[in-house]
Amino acid sequence: MNVIEASNLSKRYGSTHALRECTLAIPAGHVTALVGPNGAGKSTLLNLVVGLLAPSEGSLSVLGSCRPGSLAALDGIAFVAQDTPLYKNVSAADMLHLTRNLNRHFDWTYAEARLGELGIPLKRKAGKLSGGQQAQLALTLALARHPKLLVLDEPVAMLDPIARHDFMATVLVAAAEDGVSVVLSSHVLAELERSADYIILMSQGKVQVAGEVDDLLAGHRILSGPAADAAAYTELPVVHARQGEVQTHLLVRTSMDDRVPRGWESHPVGLEELVLAYLREPDASALPGPLRSSVIDASEARR
Amino acid sequence: MMAPAVSPRSKEVASLRPLPWRRMAWVTWRQHRAALIGLVVALAAIAAYTWTVGLQLHHAYAAQLACRPAGSDACLQLTSGFNSVGGFLTNGWILQLVPALIGAFVGAPVLARELETGTYRYAWTQGFGRWRWTLAKLAGLAVAVTAAAGAISVLFSWYYQPYFSAGNEARNLSELASLAPSLFDLRGVALAAWTLAAFSIGVLAGMLIRKVVPAIVATLFVYSGLAIATGSWLRAHYLAPLVTRSLNVPNAVWIVSQNWMTKAGQTVSQSVLYQVLQGAPAQVAGKDGGGPNLHALAAWQYLVEHGYTQVTSYQPASRFWAFQWIEAGWLFGLSVLLIVVTVWLVRRRAA
Repeated sequence: MNVIEASNLSKRYGSTHALRECTLAIPAGHVTALVGPNGAGKSTLLNLVVGLLAPSEGSLSVLGSCRPGSLAALDGIAFVAQDTPLYKNVSAADMLHLTRNLNRHFDWTYAEARLGELGIPLKRKAGKLSGGQQAQLALTLALARHPKLLVLDEPVAMLDPIARHDFMATVLVAAAEDGVSVVLSSHVLAELERSADYIILMSQGKVQVAGEVDDLLAGHRILSGPAADAAAYTELPVVHARQGEVQTHLLVRTSMDDRVPRGWESHPVGLEELVLAYLREPDASALPGPLRSSVIDASEARR
Repeated sequence: MMAPAVSPRSKEVASLRPLPWRRMAWVTWRQHRAALIGLVVALAAIAAYTWTVGLQLHHAYAAQLACRPAGSDACLQLTSGFNSVGGFLTNGWILQLVPALIGAFVGAPVLARELETGTYRYAWTQGFGRWRWTLAKLAGLAVAVTAAAGAISVLFSWYYQPYFSAGNEARNLSELASLAPSLFDLRGVALAAWTLAAFSIGVLAGMLIRKVVPAIVATLFVYSGLAIATGSWLRAHYLAPLVTRSLNVPNAVWIVSQNWMTKAGQTVSQSVLYQVLQGAPAQVAGKDGGGPNLHALAAWQYLVEHGYTQVTSYQPASRFWAFQWIEAGWLFGLSVLLIVVTVWLVRRRAA
């Protein structure tokens, strides 16, 4: 089952495209990171997924074949919006009551136990909690619904490093123990390395890279060699070239080491490095399945 | 191979019944209890004041009716006592604020606050579903504010009762027209209907404007515009007005228009009437003593003798309930329409 499946999905506000002909499929059972610069369309995509927005064109289905915003989709998807909106003058306990009343499933014992572990007083108003506690409360409300898919929009952007770590730990435990699929958008690249096993890189309203982290890492190499010989690689799909004075480092879409010429070295690439390289080259893309051929064309055209 | 894999899930989807409506009762109460308690406290304060003054008013009225002989000094004193008890409540204008304030302060924030603070992203992604959430909330609050207004309008109806008795004019007691713009909509079913309309205007304004304070201001403006247009124009046309050529129009009727006409049926302007009266004898034109009423009556008689007729269109007091139901009917229809539009906007909203 794909938790999110989009085909030629576009979202326009007037004449500006927030999302442009996105086609992607996120399989269930992953922690998926949605990465990209501001204005790349991450929030728009997530808001479409939870049914707060309606697509301008194209199709989108969630949890297999549900229409976003339908009762079945709302029932199976929990959403923590950007800046974790809560009713500021409602106590934590009453936020639990509200959420229990508004949903088919709500695990009261789990929610209460988690707030206890976190040291969040049930009687305190949500607006009086610290930023980290508010985020944890919002996450607890979402997880207590036992969703099939948890959608988090920039969940840790406003948090300090410790709160950020605690928050992500909770998410990963839920993913590992309850099998919740997670899709989260984030600016914080360092966080992704530990948490995400599926990655979607967006820029300018388009999907640039999509795939399992392991496959992507296995499918890219860093080739380092004399700067003067950089032209020797014209036949390989180079994503990004970093020119040093003596050496050139090329991020190349290949898994083959046997074509490394004399005087060059091949290294595996780290996720952060890979993501940064693609972010610097918004026109390069790496997409799974039938799109692959056009991808190589695009990355060749780069050079 | 595919078919059996798909059918259990679609069965599960098909069997997903919406959550019961009663779940929203506590949610609505929890989120709006401050506004509802504020409303009850404010109405209780108004009720306590109206009740206190109303008791004095009713006692003064009963005392005047019981007074014998009617023309004595003691009775005249009781008459002026009754006429002055009500103070600023008598003309009803201040109480016109009740529906407007309920609409602005209970209605406008319902959706505007969610949209302004971003909490709609929480509320509309819960399993209850966003349009059902909206409908349940608006329906619950609409019933609550309408019932509260209905309750206090019973008190207002009782308060103003002495002013509408047929015998008042003969006894020199204040007699008011029950259809008069500032009193009509405080009594009967109209106050509840106007409150429901104000609430509906408020929620739609909140949905469109998405900010609490501007939505409150807009609600007050739109509501006032509607109330003024209704009182000064629309209400007079619910039923065709009656017409009389008599100079003696009772106080209890609501005069829609009054003109002097020539025999040919032409409306005569004020300045022409003034010209005609210039030729009148001194005691008619008011050049010597006598009260103003006497002069007016004498002047009218003079005009009638000179071939002019006063034509009065009016709505009789007996049409009070017919007008109440007509007004409550269209206000109810309007309110339902506004709430349906609001729910529809929530459902299709994309922003």
